Amino acid sequence: MADTTETPGIAVQTDLIGNTLDNIRRSSEYIVIPLLALIVAGALFSVFLLALGKSPADFVALVWRGGFGTSFSWQNTLVRATPLIFTALCVAIPARLGLVIIGGEGALVLGGLAAASIAIPMVDWAPASLLLGVMAIAGCLAGALWIGCVGALRYYRGVNETISSLLMFYIAVSILNFFVEGFLRDPSDPNKPSTKPIGAENMVGAIPGTDLHWGLPAGVALCAVLYLLMNRTTFGFAARVAGGNLRAAQAQGLPVGRLMVISCAIAGACAGLAGFFEVAAIHGKANASLIAGYGFTGILVSFLARHNPLVIIPVAIFLGGIAASGGLIQRRMDLPDATVMVLQGLLFLVILVSETFYGSLPFFRPKRGTS
Amino acid sequence: MSRFEISRRTLLQSSAAGLAALSSTSLARLAHAGDLTVGIVYVGPRDDFGWNQAHAVAAAALKDVPGVTVVEEENVPETIAAQKSMESMINLDGAKLVFATSFGYYKPFVLDVAAKYPDVEFRHAAPLWTDTDPKNAGSYFGYLDQAHFVDGIAAGLSTTSNKLGFVAAKPIGTVLRNINSFLLGARRVNPDATLQVIFTGEWSMPVREAEAANALVDAGCDVLTCHVDGPKVVIETAESRGIKCCGHNASQAPLAPNGFITGAEYKWETIYKLFAANLAEGQPLPNFTGGGFDVDFVRSTPYGAGATEAAITAADAARAEVKSGKPIFVGPINKQDGTPLLAAGASFDNYDPALDQTDYLIEGVTGSIT
Repeated sequence: MADTTETPGIAVQTDLIGNTLDNIRRSSEYIVIPLLALIVAGALFSVFLLALGKSPADFVALVWRGGFGTSFSWQNTLVRATPLIFTALCVAIPARLGLVIIGGEGALVLGGLAAASIAIPMVDWAPASLLLGVMAIAGCLAGALWIGCVGALRYYRGVNETISSLLMFYIAVSILNFFVEGFLRDPSDPNKPSTKPIGAENMVGAIPGTDLHWGLPAGVALCAVLYLLMNRTTFGFAARVAGGNLRAAQAQGLPVGRLMVISCAIAGACAGLAGFFEVAAIHGKANASLIAGYGFTGILVSFLARHNPLVIIPVAIFLGGIAASGGLIQRRMDLPDATVMVLQGLLFLVILVSETFYGSLPFFRPKRGTS
Repeated sequence: MSRFEISRRTLLQSSAAGLAALSSTSLARLAHAGDLTVGIVYVGPRDDFGWNQAHAVAAAALKDVPGVTVVEEENVPETIAAQKSMESMINLDGAKLVFATSFGYYKPFVLDVAAKYPDVEFRHAAPLWTDTDPKNAGSYFGYLDQAHFVDGIAAGLSTTSNKLGFVAAKPIGTVLRNINSFLLGARRVNPDATLQVIFTGEWSMPVREAEAANALVDAGCDVLTCHVDGPKVVIETAESRGIKCCGHNASQAPLAPNGFITGAEYKWETIYKLFAANLAEGQPLPNFTGGGFDVDFVRSTPYGAGATEAAITAADAARAEVKSGKPIFVGPINKQDGTPLLAAGASFDNYDPALDQTDYLIEGVTGSIT
């Protein structure tokens, strides 16, 4: 604070402890506010359930059982969390620059299509490891190009990145349909237009002893790498400066345009990887099933995690658990499947509102007399 | 459609035999044979007036069988979610029989869970099972083209412009077959009838379905039918434009109190009850079962206000004929491009495998596959 009146010579020891406690108190803002938001959302959702004549306690018990209560439930949760980790990163990285990218679904779809397409001529001769490597790179590149375009359009042409990324999602779906129902279509599958399968022997396998594919550890590792990139490198620092104040960053001579395009490209590559894993670990081919809404749920995950790549992991698991228990809730409580969507929507709304409380609650403010 | 190595005729006969064995006693015995939990997974909402509702109606009928518990999940996408929903029904609800009702569930999801849970039976609502697939998996389906043929008979006697309209989802085998059968029905009673088809390209795309239905009415069609997942929009559009309509998948009669003639409906409950009874008696389920009116797998929606006496009489007669095995595809029939499909006097049996490979529209249909 600018108005500190501290004078040198005061016992450093007590100051250190005081400062540490103060730091904890101030940084607890980032835990307390989301926690309060969760509680408020839970309360609102309970009102919704009570209005339907259902018990919130039953609901929580079923979410626990369906999402986390058994080993099967945990695997169900983690399987559903995996694509969300990647698509949330697609939102989180550009968000550090102040860009709101909501079209990660498009990058996922095209990443999946690119991965499946490049596999077609290679399937006959390439070993699985080479094939998967090339597919992953193709998925990343397609996604990077797609969202990179969004960043470039924003910087060079001033096109709003939120709108353009959303509209480009529809273009991506059309591109997928065009190829999958056109010359990439596998003629042996006349009823569900798909590309040729990459073959069971080439698929990304399961982690031994589980049903989980290797996308989960890959996603966790990617979160860690991107956390380091955004918080411990000059690139990340520059990106955050640009996100804080674009003009100031420009005045300082930071290459804002390049930062935007590169951040968007990294984001797109993450979503493209999600598409790669959908193809290589789940479907074995590209088809309309790639459009499953992971890109849109990823927006929610990223906002809940406040665009922190490390926090994305638990948040994705949390939402994966809710999704995993959605079926059980339908079956046991006789609630429509949209119930889970209502919960997600409430969470999103409350979290967005809670953003406005950062820095305005007196308790978390730095005290006079300390720094 | 897939290629079958097994004689379809044999399978149909065996499923018909199974039906004959389905007596009230075998279902009653279920209560004593220990409870059976049946899981059903839907790709859309259960009240879509279409594909999913047809299954949900059957699920409701199955719930009435003593000893059977039905667990259902709607709006399950054709992703890993489908597999996990089935597994959740098995692991958390104890399901022993799972019906996967959407086409895209089969590969890889039904195949994967079937391999993983050999003690659970999986049946999928499309003719995809082959004998290289797991033995605890299988296919069941109805030949809805038989009911569309009957609809066509009624429609052919209901049109004054001789122009019929068909809103279709995707130009794939089953859809094309229904379109052809509908026109064959209409032409059986009204040789001047023509059929205009518009493909929307999606199984469920209400906006395009409404546009297509309006375009068909604008083009002079005065009877509409469709093959999309949920015919609600098409039927409502026809009703609001003051023309007649025939339904598809489930009953849409309540949506068109003035113009509804009849509709082509699945009767999945026949199959669901058959399978439940089979399990109760400890008998193996057929891997492959399908049929039409003859085995009560399809039915016509009860006639609505749009059905005239003449249409009702002719449609009833046609249904009885199809039920007794009289063929729908009777020559001479040309394909749309004029090449002959069947010479005069020749015919396809109603279960002829050649019809499963339908990749053409017949002469008299306007509208392009590509």
